[in-house]
Amino acid sequence: MAQETLLTDDFLRQLINVGEVDIVVGLPTHNNGKTIDPVIRSIQSGILKCFPRERVVIINADGGSQDGTPERVTGASIDDVWSASKVYALRTLHSISTQYARSPEPGTALRTILAAADLLRAKACVLVSPDSTTIEPDWLQRLARPVYNDNFDLVSPIYRRQPSEGVLLRNLLYPMTRAIYGQRIREPYASEFAISGRLATDFLAKDIWNEEWGRIGAEICLTTTAISGTYRTCQCFLGTKTNPDRSGSDLVATMRRTVGALFASLTGDFPVWSRITGSQAVPTFGTQPEVTLDGARVNRKRLRDMFATGVAQLEPVFQSILSASTLSELKTIATLEVSDFNFPADVWAKTVFEFAASYHRSVISRDHIVQALVPLYRGRALTFLLENREGSGEDIEKSVESLCGEFERLKPYLLEVWADRK
Amino acid sequence: MREIIITELTQASHDLARGFAHYLPRLIVMLIIAFVGWVMAYLLKALVRSILRLTKFSKLSENSGATQLLKQAALPSSTELLSRFVFWVAWVGFILMGVSVLGIVGLQEYISRFFLFLPRLFVSLVILFFGLLAASFFSRAVLLAAVNANFRSSRLLSISTRVIISIFALSMVFEVLGVAEQTMLIAFGTAFGAVMLGLAIAFGLGGKELAREFLERRLVTGKREEKEDELSPL
Repeated sequence: MAQETLLTDDFLRQLINVGEVDIVVGLPTHNNGKTIDPVIRSIQSGILKCFPRERVVIINADGGSQDGTPERVTGASIDDVWSASKVYALRTLHSISTQYARSPEPGTALRTILAAADLLRAKACVLVSPDSTTIEPDWLQRLARPVYNDNFDLVSPIYRRQPSEGVLLRNLLYPMTRAIYGQRIREPYASEFAISGRLATDFLAKDIWNEEWGRIGAEICLTTTAISGTYRTCQCFLGTKTNPDRSGSDLVATMRRTVGALFASLTGDFPVWSRITGSQAVPTFGTQPEVTLDGARVNRKRLRDMFATGVAQLEPVFQSILSASTLSELKTIATLEVSDFNFPADVWAKTVFEFAASYHRSVISRDHIVQALVPLYRGRALTFLLENREGSGEDIEKSVESLCGEFERLKPYLLEVWADRK
Repeated sequence: MREIIITELTQASHDLARGFAHYLPRLIVMLIIAFVGWVMAYLLKALVRSILRLTKFSKLSENSGATQLLKQAALPSSTELLSRFVFWVAWVGFILMGVSVLGIVGLQEYISRFFLFLPRLFVSLVILFFGLLAASFFSRAVLLAAVNANFRSSRLLSISTRVIISIFALSMVFEVLGVAEQTMLIAFGTAFGAVMLGLAIAFGLGGKELAREFLERRLVTGKREEKEDELSPL
């Protein structure tokens, strides 16, 4: 019933015309006209190269683009790809599009694509980010093959990243999901991933879609659903991941749809994660590419100042969220200059856990709790950048591994603050 | 003469005894009503206290900033204060009902006025509570938004928001209570105008640099990009 009301009549007609498929490639978009063409070409090449016999459909869920993105998706001709690759598909490749809302809602876009995959009885559903300018045709195979051939339910990506990229992922999302759910999924909030039809159907039935965090941050909830349930998960190395608009992203909005959604999903999953200790590796396919150091412009003094100002200005808010000892440690860190700045891993882990527990208990507005974490994240990001300023890819891995170790070691502390025993 | 005095005294004592005999049952009824009222008010207080504890009213009160205000004024907790308030309102109500049984001329009007005032008192308390709640919520929202936007006078903005909403709530409370309506209206208008003027002057003169920075950030996109970090969270 929910799917019937979610999908428009026109979109349902298009889906009926397509019929049953083997693989759905989902493409959630919103004004991605600048980057969508190479992405579409890579997807089409990937389909021709790796799945020429399978019934595949590209489904575009658009959040009200004004730059003709949906028209580019549906109008992309496969002729050029045919002539370039000299490989012909044995099936008709459909590209269909629907506008799910007038403004972008990542969770609703995902829901629309999963609902379509469910209706078309797809065995595998691959989600691709429309701004992945570094995408290669092989990505499709690497993501879809474990689901389609090896019965995995979730294939999560691993990218080659610069030290200044994926800072929130490396310092919060990965260590926290790993410590809590006990599975080492490197990208719990992935922009490219593949899931099985079974996981898609089960996830659609979850009671998250009426929640605000479900509409904006369903991706992380999908990962936690897979790793906390009886689903087979794995990872695959893809390649370089760059964000084409690094300075333009709104950090508060990003925190809401990632950290906010993660905190929100913890309450429902408590019976599962409270019993888990330690963590285990998940099967990983492919070879890890080397990390090259980037020359990203980061104003370290500005990061330090924003952290220090945040700690000073938000003290009354932190008093409701943090313990006196953690707040005192943050105040001490805020007095350090850039050259001596250090936000230690254990203090960061305690801070995040206390925020999660306060979010669970709703000590103040939940949205305010997530917003209050932003200046503290800036402090931790600065420490991460300073620690890995001249480090190799291996050094960065060691640094992330050490942070994950702290999160795992302090998990009993999370259980204590969760139960309000501190 | 002597007989007349004795007769008058006898008459007066008879009248007094008659009057006392006339009022004694009413007095007893009044005392019984007051006692029953005390018991009822006490039970009501216990009930209200339990309901407030079950509904975690203290947390709501903490969020609104009311707890902090009460602590500063060395008053009991909001749950205790509200349950005591209910006790006293209920008991005074019963006492006044008892007094009305005495049939004292002129007192009836005051008693009915008291009962008519009760709904307004309740509404004003509700307005005050939600006003404080709104002031606390919006001042915190402004503080967080300003800090995350790297705005220098975040606290000032937050406090201004709290003060404006609190003044607005207080003026509504006084209007509902019917206390010095005109004075409150003028006071609110003056205070609001003063705050706005103060902010305008502070922003325009005291914060020339800030105003320039703000306008630049809004209007000159090139400059903004130069100052932003190339730090990607995801």
